[in-house]
This record gives sequence, structure tokens and C-alpha cells, in this order.
Amino acid sequence: MAGKIFLLGNDIDTDQLAPGRFMGQGIKKLSEHCLENAYPNFPKLVKRGDVIFGGKNFGTGSSREQAVEVLKFLKISVVIAQSFAGIFYRNSINLGLPAVVCYDNLHVQDGEIVDFDLKNNQLNLIEKNKSIKLESIPTNLMEILNDGGLIPHLKKRIK
Amino acid sequence: MRMSLAQKIISKAANREFVSVGEVVTAKVDLAMIHDSGGPRRVSPILKDLGANLYNPSKIVVVSDHFVSSGTESGEKILNFTRDWVKKNNTTFYDSEGICHVVLPNKGHLRPGMFVVGGDSHSTTGGAFGAYMFGIGSTEMAGVLATGEIWVKVPKTILLNWHGKLSKGVMAKDIMLYLCGKLGMDGGKYQAIEFMGQAIKNLSINERMTLSNMSAELGAQVGLIAPDNKTADFLTNIGANPGNWKNFFTDDKATGIEKHNFNASILEPQVATPHSPSNSLPVSEIENTKVEIAYIGACTGAKYEDLNIASKILKNNKIHNKIKLLVAPASLEEQKKAKQNGIMKIFEDAGAFILPNSCGICAGYGAHRLDPNIKCISSTARNFKGRMGDKTSKVWLASPATVAATAIFGSITDPRDYLLN
Repeated sequence: MAGKIFLLGNDIDTDQLAPGRFMGQGIKKLSEHCLENAYPNFPKLVKRGDVIFGGKNFGTGSSREQAVEVLKFLKISVVIAQSFAGIFYRNSINLGLPAVVCYDNLHVQDGEIVDFDLKNNQLNLIEKNKSIKLESIPTNLMEILNDGGLIPHLKKRIK
Repeated sequence: MRMSLAQKIISKAANREFVSVGEVVTAKVDLAMIHDSGGPRRVSPILKDLGANLYNPSKIVVVSDHFVSSGTESGEKILNFTRDWVKKNNTTFYDSEGICHVVLPNKGHLRPGMFVVGGDSHSTTGGAFGAYMFGIGSTEMAGVLATGEIWVKVPKTILLNWHGKLSKGVMAKDIMLYLCGKLGMDGGKYQAIEFMGQAIKNLSINERMTLSNMSAELGAQVGLIAPDNKTADFLTNIGANPGNWKNFFTDDKATGIEKHNFNASILEPQVATPHSPSNSLPVSEIENTKVEIAYIGACTGAKYEDLNIASKILKNNKIHNKIKLLVAPASLEEQKKAKQNGIMKIFEDAGAFILPNSCGICAGYGAHRLDPNIKCISSTARNFKGRMGDKTSKVWLASPATVAATAIFGSITDPRDYLLN
């Protein structure tokens, strides 16, 4: 699936993704404030299938899962970053949103169209007709992701 | 086989003789802690969807601390939902008694060698008691509540060795802010941090909790401190059994260890400028920065010892007329103890406003959130943009001692000047 890249910097924290002051007000309200400082108008600009490309330590801060949920609500297809904060990474896989490490953020541009290929661990840069390598997701997490997240994964197990 | 403290606890929880660094194992959870924000309201629909019952209600502790005194209808609804869920599910519950990371150990739920998960990122606080405790999200928590298990990748250990002696007025918070600046917010690499050295041994349990708590700000999975006599005494005093605490330490020459050395004797009070804990500087480099609000609160900044040192600075002083000092003791119990020892009276006499025992504005909750363009010095853990209120507000992080001194002086200042007299 093709989408455009939203290029972000280092240390995008959970309060930027899902601000604490809107935490009691539901996912729609939270999503309206998603990345309001880091990428103004993000909720209005994002379309189904778009891709987040962050720098180092993406998702640092709180354990709040809403930080992942808002991205799912806004139909982001994958979060790529140079590195992830541990809890965000686990939450993302658990909610079935692929979180993939890519060290090379020098060859992607904000707004460019890409095709995310999870099977082959690569990101195809459509306009440039080339691809960059993504780090593979560990096997135990791939199983969860393939089932669509932790809950469908557990449902299979509990049955 | 030689093992780190982290490996020892994980191997016990995984029912294995030995676990290797980097290996993914399934561990049995000794205890799960959830709060009103990420807890019942979030896990209940997931458990329903799963068609699963609680694996073991006696291993679950619920604490309401986030929406306490929120002053909103939605907040009250969440609190009531929490209360109903606890009643239905027969779990241990502490309602509006204080912040989970302080209430949990004070009630004797954390002991050396335990493997514990918490539905909050600052769950790393449990490391101060020699427990392998870390934060997880609600979906993963629902999985734990249903199965009693969780996967963990056996971490490397980053030893942070603090030798020397902290000078008077320099606190655990200063150590942490310094480390955030030095190692960065991803310096912990989601591995295990372990604090050690003479300066750590000298710290009280409250101060050790501040280190473990803010290991989250270093991006570590856990922030461990090997239990010692102080840990055992603390637990015995509150009626908890410290168990075989002497077994839990990092072996010499265990594998996967990285060690950093620091000298506590030369550490100055630190202040982190907006909008990251990693923007820390010695206080001398940003003295005289003006703020309007001084906040002493949170699990990392308003425990008994935090209140105690702040009161020593505030005693016989008045808060500057351009500053509002807000104090939110981390738990009811700590506040009671502070009251008995005359500490709350000192705050009141100095002109402070006392707020409820809850997460409050540290996490952007409650009626006292920062207004637009407000500048605040705070004893909390995070100063991310907009976290404590309006997105135009600015927060400087510092120790409760530095916050108290700033409240008197009117702009950011070194607390040691007030402790000499």
C-alpha cells in the first residue's frame, strides 16, 4: 500500500502524540491534537495508508496506549523510526500497528510517496524508483503482528 | 553461571536456572498494578472481548490517582467505573490515597526479587526495592491479567556507579537530571539500569525511589538497586517480609555489563530547561530565570523526604510575591507524616497552596494545569511541551529543594544558599 511520508525529528514523546490534558475525552478528541507542535495540522493532512518516519527514541514517555491508538485512528499504516522507546514499541505491535526500525533517514523526504513492504523488510521510494532497508521485526513479535495484534493472538491461544 | 541482578529475577520468574542476555523468555508475573487512567476502563472491554477471567485477583493492585479531583464529569465517571470494577473483581484497591508508585511500596506490595508489571511508565520505581518492575500499555496489561504471563527480552545491564558523597542540598533528582543530560533519554536503550556505589548506598529509600522512577526518562526498561540492609529495614518496619533479599545482586564478571562511573561529590544541583529532561544544566548556569509557579508534586518529587527538605528551606521564609507555590504530597500517608512532624505547617506559613494527593498537573490532569505562557519550576519527571497544561506553558525540572528555594527567591536559584544558615 502506498502512502506519503510524514518526516519527524528525534524524541517525539507521548504527550505530543496524545496530550495528557485530553486523556479523559476519547480517541477522536485526542487525535485532533496529535503532533500539534511537531507537525502542525497533521490530523488534517494525514490520509489512509500514510507513513510516519521518526528519528531516534520515537514514542518516549508515558505507557499510554492512546499514543499508538491515535495513529491507528488516523489510518497510519506503519511507524518507522531510527529507534523506538521500549513501551511505545511494545504497544504498537500489541495493537497491530507495525513499528519498524530503519537507521537510514537521509534518503527519505517529507511528503514523498512510499510503499511499505513488511514481507521483504523494505521501504520502496516510488518516485525515486529505489528502496531502503528496514530492520526485521523479531519472530515472537511478528507472530503477534501477523495475527493482527495481541488480542487476536491471545484469542487463538485461549481457544 | 554468573548473572546480573536483572537476569537473576527474570530466571526466577521464568522458572529457569539461567537466562542469557538477549534471549526472549516468558515470565510469570508476581504482581500487576493498574491505575484509574490505564486500568479498569481500558482493560475491561479487552477482557470482555477475550472472554477471559482474571488469572489471579489476589495478584492485582488497583490505585486511583490520575483522575482524582479532576473537577470534570468525565473524570468522576472514570473513577466510579474503577470503583465498580474493583468491587466486581475483588482486587486490592487504594482509592484516592496517593500516587500508585508511592502507595504500592508503602503498603508492602513490593519485595526484593519480585517480577512485577505496572500500567504506567514510572513503574520502574519498583526497582528501588530490588523488584524487576516495568511499565506496559493497557492491551498488554489485559493479556497479563488474563494469563499471568508476559514476554521479556533478557536485558543487558548498564551499571551507573556513583562514588563519593552528595553535598548537602543536592538530591537524587539532581543525579537523575544530570544523567538525562549525559546519557540522553534513550541512554537506557530499554535495557536494565542498575544504580550502585557509595553515594547510592547512602541514599534513603525515598531518594532511591526517585532514581528508579526516572529510569523511565533514561529509556531503560527497569532501574534496579540491589537490596541492602536499608531495604530490609524499610520493609520490616512496614510489616512486609523482605525475604531472601541477600540473593539479589549482580555477580562479579556477569556478562552483558556496561559500567559508567560518576563522582557524586562534585555534582551541583541540576535544572532541566524546557522541553526535555535531557536539557539539564548546573543551576549556576541558569540562575535568575523568572518563573510564576513553583510546583512540588508527583511520585518523583513529593514523597516524605522531598517535602522534608523543601520545608527546611522554606522554614522562616515567605514565598516571593510574584510566585505561587503549589504542593501536592505524593500520598495521604506521606502528608500525614509530614503534618505530624510540622512540615505541612511550614508550607502553610510560607504561603503554599496544598493540592490533593494525586498525579495532578504533573500529568496534565486536574484544575491547576498550567495556563497559556505560564513558566513553572517543577519537581516532576517530565517537561515535555504541553504536558503540564497549555501548549505554550514552559516547565523547568529541578529537585524539590531547588523548587522551594526558587519559590522564595523569585527566580531559579541554588538551594544550598538556604541550607547553610
